[in-house]
Amino acid sequence: MTVKEMADSLGFKILNEAESTNAKKIGSVYCCDLLSIAMSKMSEEAAWVTVMSNMNTLAVASLTDVSCVILAEGVAVDEGMLAKAKEQEIALFSTELPVFEAAMMVGKAIGK
Amino acid sequence: MSDSIKLNYKITDEDFTRAGEASGDVKKRLRQMGCSPEVIRKVAIAMYEGEINMVIHADGGEIDVEISPEEILMVLKDKGPGIPDIEKAMQAGYSTAPDNVRALGFGAGMGLPNMKKYSDEMHIDTVVGVGTTVTMKVYQQ
Ligand SMILES: Nc1ncnc2c1ncn2[C@@H]1O[C@H](COP(=O)(O)OP(=O)(O)OP(=O)(O)O)[C@@H](O)[C@H]1O
Ligand SMILES: [Mg+2]
Repeated sequence: MTVKEMADSLGFKILNEAESTNAKKIGSVYCCDLLSIAMSKMSEEAAWVTVMSNMNTLAVASLTDVSCVILAEGVAVDEGMLAKAKEQEIALFSTELPVFEAAMMVGKAIGK
Repeated sequence: MSDSIKLNYKITDEDFTRAGEASGDVKKRLRQMGCSPEVIRKVAIAMYEGEINMVIHADGGEIDVEISPEEILMVLKDKGPGIPDIEKAMQAGYSTAPDNVRALGFGAGMGLPNMKKYSDEMHIDTVVGVGTTVTMKVYQQ
């Protein structure tokens, strides 16, 4: 499943769609809010589900080239983050669902 | 590509939101230069962890990066408080990060272990009250 297909089918709110990542494959789902753990464990095709909503989340997402970031629990996102996601071309979604449920949805959709 | 490229970044402690820009820039350059994804990943992780440590634990500092066909050399220099017990600091899970930065997702105590893991060589020079210099190398091959 690609990022675009996920965006179209799972009903997450689209905060930033990135032309360059639309066709990127989602190969795994990763959940952890602690940045330096996530940093070293996430693979490139991961969809990262987290409640950590700040600039540093985006910095880690960008450095690790994850396929997309899904902010769970309806956490707030500020303007600066949206601008950064756009600039760094990071696919960013949000959902009211808890981390586990959001991750389950993606996991099922990619056959995990 | 016989010449090496030298880059210098000033890291300020004022703005948390900008931390990661230096590592991001190096990553972009390595990609443009056609380095292997594995090398890029190693450099990005090791340098980001070092960069963020300078912001959180010291008062910012300076990073010199030298990219040659053989290796990527990163020297991160700060004038922060120094590290009293390196062995302890290197332990997975050890962290003195204050609550306000823990709230941002830092403080797992995995930064230095990640730097060790993702670099091919790492050396820490530190003097309490004077500062810390972390030198890391990632081999291109
Ligand atoms: N540049 C530095 N100057 C002074 N102390 C440092 C520096 N870098 C690391 N330390 C000390 O070493 C400890 C461990 O660092 P490490 O990067 O492993 O974890 P952390 O930064 O606390 O958390 P994390 O990196 O997982 O977000 C820090 O909590 C701090 O006490
Ligand atoms: Mg750290």
